[in-house]
Formats: sequence, structure tokens, C-alpha cells
Amino acid sequence: MELFSKKNKEIFLSPLGLNNPVSVQVLGICSALAVTSKLEPALVMGLSVVIITAFSNVIISMLRKTIPNRIRIIVQLVVVATLVTIVSQVLKAFVYDVSVQLSVYVGLIITNCILMGRLEAFALQNGPWESFLDGVGNGLGYALILVIVAFFRELLGSGALLGFQVIPQCLYDAGYINNGLMVLPPMALIIMACIIWYQRAKNPELQEKSN
Amino acid sequence: MNTNSNSYTIIYASVMVIIVAFLLAFVSSSLKERQDKNVELDKMKQILTSLNITDVEDAEKTYNQYIKSDLIIDLNGNTISENGGFDLGAEDDRLAVFVCDVNGATKYILPLYGKGMWDAISGYLCLNDDKQTIYGAFFSHKGETPGLGAEIATPNFQGRFSGKTAMSNGEVKLKVVKNGKVQDASCEVDGISGGTVTSGCVSNMLQDYLTKYKSFLTK
Repeated sequence: MELFSKKNKEIFLSPLGLNNPVSVQVLGICSALAVTSKLEPALVMGLSVVIITAFSNVIISMLRKTIPNRIRIIVQLVVVATLVTIVSQVLKAFVYDVSVQLSVYVGLIITNCILMGRLEAFALQNGPWESFLDGVGNGLGYALILVIVAFFRELLGSGALLGFQVIPQCLYDAGYINNGLMVLPPMALIIMACIIWYQRAKNPELQEKSN
Repeated sequence: MNTNSNSYTIIYASVMVIIVAFLLAFVSSSLKERQDKNVELDKMKQILTSLNITDVEDAEKTYNQYIKSDLIIDLNGNTISENGGFDLGAEDDRLAVFVCDVNGATKYILPLYGKGMWDAISGYLCLNDDKQTIYGAFFSHKGETPGLGAEIATPNFQGRFSGKTAMSNGEVKLKVVKNGKVQDASCEVDGISGGTVTSGCVSNMLQDYLTKYKSFLTK
């Protein structure tokens, strides 16, 4: 079996584009709204989700033949919760400032629909390597949307990127002001909608057929 | 093997839970020391910010350089202990006072705890050695509205406190007023536009604690 066969590439790449978990499947929206007012927490959140989706997919995929069917959801939850707890502890120990900013949202990765969705739909039927690719792909698909949204929110809301002032002072002197609405949660929804709109306009196959 | 039998299911679940419990206990205890250290360093940085010292590389070293003692006092202003104030929390009846030495001048830092609009807020107020005028201030919050109330955590807002009179003739004078409504610039601090409720909460917190510290400050 080839490691990067055509099928595996497809597994890895489709969540980044036409099968994006956030913009196409509309999963995991809540955290995407909450942690995107600045770029840095969005990056850390995205990275955390990539790690957790990848490893929970691998673990469940390796255990898939042993898991009793009746408690499979519980087993999945335990695996996800364990990984989330470990990630959150590691964040607290090594990047304390960011973990303060992310506050409860790291813990809430447990309830992120993308994770349970991938475990149920993919990891239970496929081998560890494919599941790993699927997990990384879906995590990156989620992170991608988060970063795009955070990019616009931080740029227009605070005039900065990753905490560095990008919009020059002379523009402020000329009367430009930061858009305060951008740092509030509703704007995340609006930017998200714009992304979905753009993606659907570019890819007609995503549009529902009208009756 | 029948993976759907009752005994298999029960054993599977039990083994899984035990493995996970050991794993988490191991991770938690091996990272505990580092995490506590982070919380402590963060607190030191906050205290230093109220002394207008920001961007510290080594918080512990700078802290020890400026902070001479962390007193524990009671509500009557009597010193209970010369040190240990650092570990006092919000719920304690006793009060902490950090005595600092900035280039030969004595400063007093008082920790503050209060309610914000959505969640807890806290801060440090640094007074000059006359115990009346403000040298610097630091505020942090748990969940104020980003861009509005959350602005209390920015240097822009915190810088407005320096030089104001906190107490005069044994009365608490300091307050934060609605943005643009400052009448007496010597003791009123301009609030945040769009963050009036949070600004008011900061004001209440300051007045609460200045009242609690009154006997210490008027001594």
C-alpha cells in the first residue's frame, strides 16, 4: 500500500477545500466564533484541534475492531476528553498567556462536532494511517477557516496582526478608526458567511439544486 | 471473540477508564510544578505592571529587585505578618500590602478584587509613599466585552490613573466616571467609551478596597 496514494491525497486534501468541516459541513462553528478576535489564539486553537483530531482518529482507528458497539460513543468521548485534557495541561505549562486567552475553549474542543463526526464517520471504518490523514486534514480545514476569520477581525478590529500594529499611525491621524464591531462575536459570523458565499460562488457543485 | 457480550463491554470500559486515569494523573502531576510557576510569574508581572514596569524578561528577578516585602495586615491597619501577602487570595479577610522600593522611593501596592459586568475583575493599585496619590495601576478581567469593557486591561486605560489622588483627609476620593464626564481631574478618571458599566465596576472595586485599606492608608 502506498503511503500517499491518490485516495490518501484525496482524504487529506478534501477537508481543506470542497469538504471543509466548517464552511461546507458547518460543524464546530461555536468555537470558530469565540476564539477568532485575535490571530494568535486562533492559531493555537487550530493547532490544538489538528493534534486532537489526528491522534483521536488514530487511536480510535487502532481500537476499532475491539470497541464494543454499544459503548462506542463513550469510548470515543473518553479518548477525545483525555487528549483535550492533556493538550490543555500542556498549554498551561508552556504557553500560559495563550491558555489564559483561550480559557474554556480548549476544554470545549471535547464537544466540537468535527471530532465526533470524524471518529464516527471515518476512523471506525478505516485504518490508522488513513485516519491520521483524515484527522490532520479536517483539523487543518478547521484551522484554515479560523485563521482567515481571525486575520480579518484582528486587522480591521485592532489594526494589528499577531499583536503587531500593521495599520500605520498616519492613517489614524488622517481620521481612520478601528472597527469596534469586528472584535465582537457577530462579525465572526458575518465573515464566515462571506467565506461560505465565496466558496459556493466559486464551486457550483456545492450549491443545492432548486426544485 | 464476541465484542458485544456484557462482560466484555464492562471489562473493556473498566480497563479503559483505569488506563486513562493513570495517564491523566501522570500528566497532571508532572506538569503541576511548571503550571504553578507560570501562575506565580504571571502574578508578579501584573504587580510589576502597576509599578509601570512592563516588558520584563525575568519576572522573578525584577520582582525581587523592586518588591521589598509583602505584608499581611488586618482591617485596622495592624501588621500581622511581614511576609506571605503574595499568597493571599480574594476571599481572605486579611489584606496584603506590597512594599516596594523604586529608585529609593517607597511605594505601596494594594491588590484589588471585584465584580465586573460579566465576570470577576481584579487589579493592583500602586500608591506613592504619601499613601494618597497614585503611582500606577493594573487591571485584569475574566470576561468583559472585547473592545469595550475589556479595554480596562490596556495600558491606555491604566495610564489614566497615574498622578490622581486616591484619598484625601481620610476620605476615598478616587472614582472612574463615564467617558468624557470628568469634572475634577485631580481624583476622577475618565471611563471607557462604550464600557461604562465595566468602568463603573472598576470604580466600585477601587472604592471598596480603598475603604478596606483606609486605616492602613491614614496611619
